[in-house]
Amino acid sequence: MMTTLGPHMDAQYLKEKSRMSRRARLRRQTGRGLLLILMLTLSVAFMVPLVWLISTSLKLPGQVFLQPIQWIPRPPQWNNYPEVFRRLPFHKFILNTLKVTALGTSGAVISSLMVGFGLSKIRWPGRELLFTILVGTMMLPGIVSMIPVFIMFKQIDWVGTFKPLWVPAWFGSAFHIFLVRQYMLTLPNELNEAAKIDGASNFSILWRVIVPLCGPAIASVAIFSFLGHYNNFMGPLIYLSENEMYTIPLGLLWFQGRFGNFWHLVMAASMISVAPVIALFFFAQSYFIQGVQFSGLAGR
Amino acid sequence: MVQTLDKRSEEVAELATIEQAPRNLRMSRAARRDLRDGVLLCMPYILGVVLLWLGPMLYSIFLITQKWNMLMPAKYVGAGNIKRMLADKLVSKALFNTAYYTFVGVPLQLAVAFALAVLLNLNIKGQSVFRTIYYLPSITPAVATAVVWVQMLNPQYGVINTVLGWFGVAPIKWLFDPTFAMPAFIMMSLFSVGPAMIIFLAGLQSVPPEVLEAATIDGANNWSRFWRVKVPIISPIVFFNMIMGIIGSFQVFTASFIMTRGGPQNATLFFVLYIYQQGFELFKMGYAATLSWLLFLVIMFFTAIQFGLSKRWVYYGGEL
Repeated sequence: MMTTLGPHMDAQYLKEKSRMSRRARLRRQTGRGLLLILMLTLSVAFMVPLVWLISTSLKLPGQVFLQPIQWIPRPPQWNNYPEVFRRLPFHKFILNTLKVTALGTSGAVISSLMVGFGLSKIRWPGRELLFTILVGTMMLPGIVSMIPVFIMFKQIDWVGTFKPLWVPAWFGSAFHIFLVRQYMLTLPNELNEAAKIDGASNFSILWRVIVPLCGPAIASVAIFSFLGHYNNFMGPLIYLSENEMYTIPLGLLWFQGRFGNFWHLVMAASMISVAPVIALFFFAQSYFIQGVQFSGLAGR
Repeated sequence: MVQTLDKRSEEVAELATIEQAPRNLRMSRAARRDLRDGVLLCMPYILGVVLLWLGPMLYSIFLITQKWNMLMPAKYVGAGNIKRMLADKLVSKALFNTAYYTFVGVPLQLAVAFALAVLLNLNIKGQSVFRTIYYLPSITPAVATAVVWVQMLNPQYGVINTVLGWFGVAPIKWLFDPTFAMPAFIMMSLFSVGPAMIIFLAGLQSVPPEVLEAATIDGANNWSRFWRVKVPIISPIVFFNMIMGIIGSFQVFTASFIMTRGGPQNATLFFVLYIYQQGFELFKMGYAATLSWLLFLVIMFFTAIQFGLSKRWVYYGGEL
């Protein structure tokens, strides 16, 4: 089910290569060189936003508007970063974000394991119907529930608290459940059936047999949920009102609103919000890619 | 997509009935236990569907008939919100903008994602580095991306105009020009096609070599092997990316909220931004709910059309 990424040379390609005449090989190498140049050019283009971000965040106010653009600021103004924290309480925004993200991500992982197991390893009437509903909601535009859900949270006095931002994750999101279910389907049924014959209950099969084998699926859900909560903008925008409670994206918006003219500081603040995500991406890239591939399986 | 899933669930259901055939009226103890545990384990999601989808959707149908600012008691207005919506010029403007962004943007996004996936599928050294670089803009938080692009698109100092200047293009006012604001948003969206790219790439790599070999034996050259064998085989993936792209694109919000607030001259007033303004800036909850339902129906309409058309071009060859 998982295909490995990266170049792969198949036998057929090798066979073909040996058959090729020298001229064809030359032509092929030229084409290959051109493609490599294209890929390098594209890489430069795709790096521009991040490089611009880092570069501007290290400039003096006067250097920001210099033409031609100074890509490597000299000397780099590392002091811009502490300056951001002096102007707005970014440490609070970071703490708030951590809190919401940790609560939401644990909910997403636990609920998707439970529901994913119920939808893959236990047979019960109604299971297939629930799965059909699940796939349907994956394609349901969330916008239609925004207003009524807001009113609901308002009625139970949750507006102005963090709860609307993380509690819904505990009910499980269709996409996370789908991912976990697909993963569990790849685990051989003999495992849970053997445990069942030994008298284990469904719950202990889940926690003792299946969950320990679900590492990659758990990692993917955790990463997606982390990013979802970390990047969530509309939720905090609607539900949070006190500045003290702002999460990083709202704090960044506030910062931009107040100090928009100080490009270098706005960029330093943006970089503070981007850095954790990029770090996570570099450390957990394979789980990340795997998760995206799994989501694509909905297309099969 | 749903078709194949349905097929699979039917098979499973069939298996289940065969296994449980001897049971007549009463379920066995084990089956009862499985039913109880299955329902219990799925309970979070069942509750979620009821509390966060079904209930709210029904409630918002009721809201359509109400005028309510959340301070005063709600007032029944019948079809008042719908009449108002039909007369509201900004509704058609917002619908037009959103459709423009979607129907110009999504095909371009798919083309870029597909082209990148084809490049990443070439047998070249260092592909994982290229993949990382092409993916990076997609994981950047939306607010930060928006803030960076505001600067990159700056008419005087931004890098976009600088690069265009090398090719002799006169400075463009981008976000300050009603004609160029939307193209700017679409251009920006082309940088975050990472997920679609990865899904395409996985699809390209999953094409069975035997099929390609068979085509070669039948005399197909590289070109026709690609367009007539590979592309049809991964057409379900193209379809999946397209559907998800369209649904997501219709609900775009953050970039316009931060970069333009809908301006200039409402050129980037996206539909969700308009719903947000009506609901959370003017507190017209009934009207905002009415607008949400319109957008919902529009998205469902286009999704249904896509599913209808898909029969003509999406190839479901069973298990691949």
